[in-house]
Amino acid sequence: MQADWAQLFEELDASNKTNDKVAALLAYLNVASDKDKLWLIALFTGRKPKKPVKAMDMRTWAASAANVEPWLFEECYAVVGDIAETIALLFESKNTGETLQFSLAELMQEIVQMARFSQDEKRHLLQERWLQLDKNTCFLYNKFLTGGFRIGVSQQLLVQALSKQLQKPAPEIAHRLMGNWQPMLHTFEELFLHDLANQEDAKPYPFYLSYPIESDVSELGDIADWQAEWKWDGIRIQLIKRNNQAFLWSRGEELISENFPELIASAYHLPNGTVIDGELLAYKNQEALPFNLLQKRITRKKPSAKMIETCPCAIIAYDVLEFEGIDIRGNALSERRKILEQIIAQNGFGLIQLSPVLDTGNWEMLAKLREESKSQKAEGLMLKRKSSPYQNGRKRGDWWKWKVNPMHIDAVLVYAQKGHGRRADLYTDYTFALWHEGKLQTFAKAYSGLTDKEMIEVDQFVKKNTLEKFGPVRTVTPQLVFEIGFEGLQESTRHKCGVALRFPRILRWRRDKSAEEANTLEELKKLI
Amino acid sequence: MQGFGLIQLTAKGLYCAEGDFYIDPWYPAGKAIITHGHSDHARLGQTAYLSHPITEKVIQHRLGSVQTETLDYEKERMINGVGVTLFPAGHIPGSAQVRVRKGAETWVISGDYKCHDDGISEPFVPVNATHFISECTFGLPIFNWKSQAEVMGELNLWWQQNAALGLQSVVFAYALGKAQRILNSLDTSIGNVFGHGAVLAMNDTLIAAGVKINPCLTLQNATKEALKGALIIAPPGANGTPWMKKLEPYRTAFASGWMAMRGSRRWQAADRGFILSDHADWKELNSAISATNAEHIYLTHGYKSVYAKYLQTQGFDALELDTLFEGESLKSNSKLEENHAS
Repeated sequence: MQADWAQLFEELDASNKTNDKVAALLAYLNVASDKDKLWLIALFTGRKPKKPVKAMDMRTWAASAANVEPWLFEECYAVVGDIAETIALLFESKNTGETLQFSLAELMQEIVQMARFSQDEKRHLLQERWLQLDKNTCFLYNKFLTGGFRIGVSQQLLVQALSKQLQKPAPEIAHRLMGNWQPMLHTFEELFLHDLANQEDAKPYPFYLSYPIESDVSELGDIADWQAEWKWDGIRIQLIKRNNQAFLWSRGEELISENFPELIASAYHLPNGTVIDGELLAYKNQEALPFNLLQKRITRKKPSAKMIETCPCAIIAYDVLEFEGIDIRGNALSERRKILEQIIAQNGFGLIQLSPVLDTGNWEMLAKLREESKSQKAEGLMLKRKSSPYQNGRKRGDWWKWKVNPMHIDAVLVYAQKGHGRRADLYTDYTFALWHEGKLQTFAKAYSGLTDKEMIEVDQFVKKNTLEKFGPVRTVTPQLVFEIGFEGLQESTRHKCGVALRFPRILRWRRDKSAEEANTLEELKKLI
Repeated sequence: MQGFGLIQLTAKGLYCAEGDFYIDPWYPAGKAIITHGHSDHARLGQTAYLSHPITEKVIQHRLGSVQTETLDYEKERMINGVGVTLFPAGHIPGSAQVRVRKGAETWVISGDYKCHDDGISEPFVPVNATHFISECTFGLPIFNWKSQAEVMGELNLWWQQNAALGLQSVVFAYALGKAQRILNSLDTSIGNVFGHGAVLAMNDTLIAAGVKINPCLTLQNATKEALKGALIIAPPGANGTPWMKKLEPYRTAFASGWMAMRGSRRWQAADRGFILSDHADWKELNSAISATNAEHIYLTHGYKSVYAKYLQTQGFDALELDTLFEGESLKSNSKLEENHAS
């Protein structure tokens, strides 16, 4: 019997309960073929095949095969907010009762092969499949095609289920899942049953992630038990040197060695059997540079010498996970730190630097130091228990991030648009404005931050106070004031208001303020 | 409508000047003809309410002592020289389309409607008109309902699976219409069926009006034994309230047309979503509109601007109307919340 993977995804999607999800995964793993299992794991760990078709082509082909005019297709898409689901919903009624069953591996392998098809072949195949698959399978199939597949299953959950099924400890499973394996090239057996020591040199360890601290820091106890560092605003990486080869991994488990040849060159000087956890930063003369410089480098493979010169980067090392070929994640942080200091001191390379430990002696001094985060180009502080092992994934207790409060400004709601997906029924996408020369100037959009109840209230306000409609956008009476938080801002020539905000979001509804009391654009610019 | 024919859109609602009556006015207006008993259509403050006899009972239940009058389906009544007839709308028990005619003009105001038989409401009847005012809550081709038998089969299976695990099944559905529709299609061999106070009160009202509704137990003094593996029907507003406490352990589900979209399903934080609507889906809307043979189509609640544009491409003279009807909504402070009777 063929294991029902579409049913599994539906169950995973429908349930909010971890135990149910693990049980559903386990039930599937117990009956699925090795090939199907491998693809399932690949999908849940972000190993998607290359997109074989452009989303735009899918839209055109779907609209024509479903006999829906393109503009109407776009309207449907605007409501659903998801191409894959829009197509599945449109074809649901076209499906003439007889649906075909494909195994997960069959469909996935076909998607991999599709990359080599001509446009005509692709169109024929898709239009055929859309008519053959039931709604749920069709949705998933489209998700795999567009590469936008995300479902409420964390890697930790998958690790739990695999650990139960294979009867191996969870940290080992998590480790085995890392790295460069591919479902088309590797087998389930190679990945999970072969000796870990023989695994490829590039295999990284699972990252240890922290939670934001919720209580007062003094409740963490004696500061002497804690190591404080800047929380750098770059990308978290793992740098591996094994068998005379160096590899750079991003936290998203992408191999980015080719993007940073200068760092790889530096890493060759590290002793073999070394794995370092750190932050990749735009960095020059012992100083962090703005994040947007780094952004230019992240997407650029094989950068030019000029690019490397204008956007110089470095690694700030936080931790060491493997030393002399031995996994030392179980050792206390204080011991690992000593080894890390020794590695960096002995090798002293300019591009791999030690993350400084901030030793203030008491919490008040540390809190003061935290206020300087912005000038350090840091997001705040990291607090790590000195006795802590290096754990798997996001865990509470030993590591905390203590970010500085975001910048904020009070702005007026001026435009609203209906949301996507879960908010398709409500006006939840807002544009905000600040005062400038007696008029309201728009400066930011924000989608999140309100409670469901507030959202409904604002939705009703929008419906009752619409001044004009431009397509899906409504202009509303400028009346409601919200506190907008953001992580940073910089001057921008692309934006009419002259500034661009990083991660704007609604912090709270200022019911106590009238529109006239909102801030001005000039006040915002002072924050730059 | 802009042409000021027999029916106009005023600030208070749809108005027939010659007959001097409103249809489902949303502010206190005067004499009102009410299509059905949902609170966005039957609102307080009218001097008189004319409706189908079942709707009259609902109005009295919801609005207290107001002046009411009844009109059976397909019986024309003359009001100031204007002919008024109610036709079944298939939305909920007692729901009606209102036909208003004089001379060459025949207007049909659909109210809310659906075209498939739900086993509890008098099924929808197409009515010839020159002007048709249609709702279009689900006026997009992505909305395609499965048969009630199929959806109720899924719901009964879900209930059965929960009961086998020793869990209660809580289904959220409008207290008026959807709740009774579900009640009448449950496989009661699975277990006991209970109703939230608002549902029970509405059941009594409808039963008094002659609607046949399957029995449903009250939760007052319900023993743990009796509750085990039972199905409980409650209005959506009850979700997440302390009232749920006594039902533990349970799984929850919403029954609504919006459950067709994954996003809405997830937002409701319910364990399941069943796609069950009392509104017409895409195909039903299109066939209902064609069947009226109307030259002019006016659209209320839902994706009306998109749907109007679509109808125009199909050769209809279609316009959208700005009304305050809500259609089917998932918002917790809307008509779903009929907790006053709990």
